[in-house]
Amino acid sequence: MLELLEQLGKTTRGSFAKLGRATFFLMHTLTGVREILPRPSLLIKQMYSIGVLSFLIIAISGLFVGMVLGLQGYYILSDFGAEESLGLMVAASLVRELGPVVSALLFAGRAGSALTAEIGLMKATEQLSGMEMMAVDPINRIITPRFLAGLISMPLLAAIFSSVGVMGGHMVGVGMLGVDDGAFWAQMQNGIDFNEDIINGVIKSVVFGFVVSWIALFEGYDTIPTSEGVSRATTRTVVNSAFSILGLDFILTALMFGDI
Amino acid sequence: MPNSASSTNHIVTVKNLSFSRGTRIIFDDINLNIQRGKVTAIMGPSGTGKTTLLKLIGGQLYPDAGQIHVDGQNVHRLKTKDLYNLRKRMGMLFQSGALLTDMNVYDNVAFPLREHTHLPEAMIRTVVLMKLQAVGLRGARNLMANELSGGMARRVALARAIALDPLMIMYDEPFTGQDPISMGALVHLIKSLNNTLGLTSIIVSHDVRETAAIADYIYVLSEGKIVGQGSPQQLADSKSAWVKQFMNGDADGPVHFHYPANDYLDDLLTAK
Repeated sequence: MLELLEQLGKTTRGSFAKLGRATFFLMHTLTGVREILPRPSLLIKQMYSIGVLSFLIIAISGLFVGMVLGLQGYYILSDFGAEESLGLMVAASLVRELGPVVSALLFAGRAGSALTAEIGLMKATEQLSGMEMMAVDPINRIITPRFLAGLISMPLLAAIFSSVGVMGGHMVGVGMLGVDDGAFWAQMQNGIDFNEDIINGVIKSVVFGFVVSWIALFEGYDTIPTSEGVSRATTRTVVNSAFSILGLDFILTALMFGDI
Repeated sequence: MPNSASSTNHIVTVKNLSFSRGTRIIFDDINLNIQRGKVTAIMGPSGTGKTTLLKLIGGQLYPDAGQIHVDGQNVHRLKTKDLYNLRKRMGMLFQSGALLTDMNVYDNVAFPLREHTHLPEAMIRTVVLMKLQAVGLRGARNLMANELSGGMARRVALARAIALDPLMIMYDEPFTGQDPISMGALVHLIKSLNNTLGLTSIIVSHDVRETAAIADYIYVLSEGKIVGQGSPQQLADSKSAWVKQFMNGDADGPVHFHYPANDYLDDLLTAK
């Protein structure tokens, strides 16, 4: 019993210590922004590897999610004779929820894990230490551009996901199931509110981008510099990112749309 | 004044340094001086904290007690900005080379120049090619870091370490795992760079023969203490049993071959 308590105390203390380190790390990363902004080439290189290289997986996933929404939505809506509302249903689900959430989950798997492994290996091979000895701050030089790139790429990827998803829904709903083309778009235009739906969706994706980049980079930076350490850190990135995205999504949705 | 004379002669002074990791004491009140313009070696068996000493000198770790002065400045009292300025004048060669793997050889050597100077690209090119020529790898400038052999990676790292023309270079185990040819090349390179560029070199190593061949002064560390010091000749003639064992590479002596354990026979017979 005493051992159990001791273990509990140790784990709790460890988690708080880690949270503290992560906060300091974030502060340090943000102070690097001033140094990185005058050097856009560093940022652009990272936006390519984090954002552009994630494009394909995001676009293809968006297409399939949109197609499934079109199919499922049609079956349910047609029961009520409301299949004209299919465009609204597809767009609202994507812009409010599925776009930010699913693309953030994919982003964590595709880009987050890569970031953790990259930073972890840089630590294990003393590249970060070497940079420190060359009087270059590794957090400002390596971490900050990646963090900013993640923060900027995530909302763009979510927007791409949603747009491709709408096209997928249109393809199935209008192209295959015969929903009226004009009604599909008109209902969507009438029903989707710019502030209520689109801006809220963008806010969500920015928050997810922030959190996923933070978790991924911190896990890499804080890793135990061995192969096993890097492998565990990569796993933690994906698991913790997924929990954070889904938990935060509930909180954000409650704040934005709910009356809780 | 003898005081000012000693401070100009010694580029690094370590005074009463103590350092521990957890409960393990790495350094226990050690004192040592590194002479300007000389090659000083710090030797000792693996796990005696030789690399730790370099990290303490470079200000990457904080001592529990004692002071380290580099070029007259107390490393652990400096503000981050001043520490970074001091580090621009110290090069460090890591055991692995620590080259940036997403860049080729040329960009690796140009890295400190691009980060710390505003030189035009044409001038950076000249400097990089000169440094690469000095280590004999001008022809390898377009190779990526992962295409280099261990010895070549260390030489590129050396070119990078001297890119900003530092006052001193710290070598962390430069000879470990090298074939005889690259070992010979490195030994020759360290000595000639030290002499031609007027550097000060600190070599941390346990390769006795190679290090003794180029060192002007050697400190031998063991279990947190300095157990011997002097020129290579003085150490070779040392009467200390410990220094003798280390310099000759004897398997048993004051440092036992066996890790402390209970009686062998008892251990074998206590079957469960």
